[in-house]
Amino acid sequence: MSSADNAAGGRHPNLEEAAVRERLAKRYARERRFRWYCRAAVAVALLFLVVLFGDILSKGWSAFLATEGRFEIFFDPQVVDPRGTLERDDLARADYAALWRQDLAERFPGVADDRASRRELFGLVSDGAGYRLRDMVMDDPSILGSTRTLWLPLDDEVDLLLKGHIDADDPEEGRLLSDRQLAWIDELRQAGDIKMGFNVPFFVNGDSREPELAGILGAAIGSFYTMVITLLLCFPLGVATAVYMEEFAPQNRWTDLIEVNINNLAAVPSIVFGLLGLAVFLNFFGLPRSAPLVGGLVLSLMTLPTIIIAARVAIKTVPPSIREAAYGLGATPLQVIQHHVLPLAMPGILTGTIIGMARALGETAPLLMIGMVAFIVDIPSGPMDAATALPVQVFLWADSPERAFVEKTSGAIIVLLGFLILMNGLAVWLRRRSEQS
Amino acid sequence: MKLLLLLAVVLALAVVGYRLGLTRARSLRRGGAAVHSLPGYYGFYVALWCAVPALLVLVVGAVVQGPAVEALVVSSLPAELQELPDQRLDLLVNDIKNLASGGISSQAVDATLTAAAERYRNLRQIGFASLAVVVLLLAMAGAWWARRRVRPEFPAIGKVETAVKAFLLVGSLVAIFTTIGIVLSLLFEALRFFNRVSLAEFLFGLNWSPQTALRADQVGSSGSFGAVPLFTGTLLISGIAMVVAVPVGLFSAIYMSEYAQKRVRNTLKPLLEILAGIPTVVYGFFAALTVAPLLRGWGEAVGLDVASESALAAGAVMGIMIIPFVSSISDDVISAVPKGLREASYGLGATQSETIRRVVLPAALPGIVGGILLAVSRAIGETMIVVMAAGLAANLSANPLEAVTTVTVQIVTLLVGDQEFDSAKTLSAFALGLVLFVVTLVFNVVALHVVRRYREEYE
Repeated sequence: MSSADNAAGGRHPNLEEAAVRERLAKRYARERRFRWYCRAAVAVALLFLVVLFGDILSKGWSAFLATEGRFEIFFDPQVVDPRGTLERDDLARADYAALWRQDLAERFPGVADDRASRRELFGLVSDGAGYRLRDMVMDDPSILGSTRTLWLPLDDEVDLLLKGHIDADDPEEGRLLSDRQLAWIDELRQAGDIKMGFNVPFFVNGDSREPELAGILGAAIGSFYTMVITLLLCFPLGVATAVYMEEFAPQNRWTDLIEVNINNLAAVPSIVFGLLGLAVFLNFFGLPRSAPLVGGLVLSLMTLPTIIIAARVAIKTVPPSIREAAYGLGATPLQVIQHHVLPLAMPGILTGTIIGMARALGETAPLLMIGMVAFIVDIPSGPMDAATALPVQVFLWADSPERAFVEKTSGAIIVLLGFLILMNGLAVWLRRRSEQS
Repeated sequence: MKLLLLLAVVLALAVVGYRLGLTRARSLRRGGAAVHSLPGYYGFYVALWCAVPALLVLVVGAVVQGPAVEALVVSSLPAELQELPDQRLDLLVNDIKNLASGGISSQAVDATLTAAAERYRNLRQIGFASLAVVVLLLAMAGAWWARRRVRPEFPAIGKVETAVKAFLLVGSLVAIFTTIGIVLSLLFEALRFFNRVSLAEFLFGLNWSPQTALRADQVGSSGSFGAVPLFTGTLLISGIAMVVAVPVGLFSAIYMSEYAQKRVRNTLKPLLEILAGIPTVVYGFFAALTVAPLLRGWGEAVGLDVASESALAAGAVMGIMIIPFVSSISDDVISAVPKGLREASYGLGATQSETIRRVVLPAALPGIVGGILLAVSRAIGETMIVVMAAGLAANLSANPLEAVTTVTVQIVTLLVGDQEFDSAKTLSAFALGLVLFVVTLVFNVVALHVVRRYREEYE
């Protein structure tokens, strides 16, 4: 307003005034545009985050559910233990699938005549059904001779159909379930004999070629052993290095070399650590392939720089006055560190360690190099057993051709992300708490 | 694990040694002597002398024992077996070991083999027993000797501090040894590779098909190791990633450091950093199962032929992963530009965006470039996304819609699964690893140097 008054009373002709305004308007428009670019960039980045999580969650939540069917199982002693010995070896070897087959055949009496249609009918049920019956009998052989109503797992194709991943309107050749099978499933559903239950096998089984039997426990235990080894190695070594460099190391070329070296090591691609592990730990020292021990060794070398850098920063932020006060009271250098510097720096060191461990937990490539990619059904019982890790399990399942493994993969990713969020949350909480005090 | 048991026994002895030193120092003190250090340090001193020499011998013994017993068993085999070629001999030794541990042998078991297995088992047992005796004796001797030195005038604290300092120094050398290990293992295997394939062919050859013939008379799989298609593929995918990551990351950084209020910034920054914390295998899954089919569908809709393992899908998803690397470094660098520069610019009447473009960004440019270099090095070394979403065939192509392969993909494909360690095929993976290591190292050194120079300028 005041500029308009000025212009009216001043010497500037109106023309120039208009040009200035026009330029100003343009500059302001450019300013607004620039702000929008910036906002759009943030929005795009956040959008990626939302899409990524949305995609994984929408694909994976159903992995925690499994389709089960209701069966009237007669634990026929003639089938399970024909010799009547009740010995564990005999019980373990029996044909438990015959038990549920009997029930299914009774329910669809017309079907059981020719082999092909019998196979189609029995294809609706998972192999896991028989395993579950076996486990029940092995736990309690007195169950033999009685009849129980049980919910048993159905085949992964049935599972996919009920979760809406298979379209029943597709032509029959385009899907793995035949028209007859669809009709049977409909009949069972109408009778209320099919339900969705919590997918227990997913959490208590090892890997399997059958999607409905595949679980993450084996991989999770493998990851656990790997992480324990990693932590045991890289925490003491990382803290020792940081203490040495901050408190003892003389300022010279040698120290500079260590420092530059650590910074560069932090940026070396993880697969190179895998190559190191393969050449040194497996080929030179002859340690076993696929063992969490080697995985832990490789990952600890990879994580070490992260922890060293975090621990050095934490030690640096301890005020020198505290050290000087302790020295003044006659403490030796080591006592100063042990009693004053490390306790004060510990929250920072722990935060760095947790973040480093979270990265190690999600790391896949180096583990591929040392052979932790095998198909392993058994749950590892120690750090020398062959094992995989959670991210490697994700990689293996992502490669599987069965449609049902897409869901399992996403489910495993959700579990993995859950662990990572937990660890990072812990780190944030630690940092907040130490900032407050 | 018998070794673990022995380890536990040594550690238990060390605890006993600690108690011994402690009680002796305490009783000296109670006796009225002016003891030099606190009693606990005498305890540590005795414990160190008990555990350290014993553990050193334990480790050396455990490492040496296996090969030594093997050599003894081999030397006791009949002469015609000893003269077998190395590989067959290894197989034989493996069978003997399996037999000794009650496993299954891959060949017919005869008397020689059983005898050798028996001998192997005996030697292993004798070896372990003698190692255990030596280690335990050493632990006890160390404790006994150290305890005798516990006297009022003995400066235990100084000794303990020297030992701990030595441990700290050795700990800090691990990082150095890691680098040396990486360089030596890559170099050694790569040299073996370059003995068979010339360096020039590897670096400038245009054809990559590492399948070598199993038999000499086989046709069509001669194996050629021209790595140029891998380098171009890596560059293409990294380039696409940077096209996604640099604008989004840079503008986000500008928004967070210049426009956003503190509260908004404090929520946005961790949110963006989540992107960096997601495991790369998750990105790979996302790229292969969501983005690639999506791009293919869009391509079909406009009549373009998009490969199902297109460079575009892998590169774009890798770009998403790299956004936080670019944004957090740029954010730091932009925030470090002195306030005075901005205020001078505002004082001349510049708008905020003009100040950012004409003053802040040019001032921050070296730091931003350093950050981008670090991001490029990360993109080049990234493995899982490309393993899952990029192709395997080495196409020499600059078309982002086609499938290309990268250095890291080839390393993984060459080394996963069974392998013999003297074929050019597996050794070539180490040559590729060496190239990868050297290139990322150069990027990192330059980037860290640039960023450090930049920080010094404004501090």
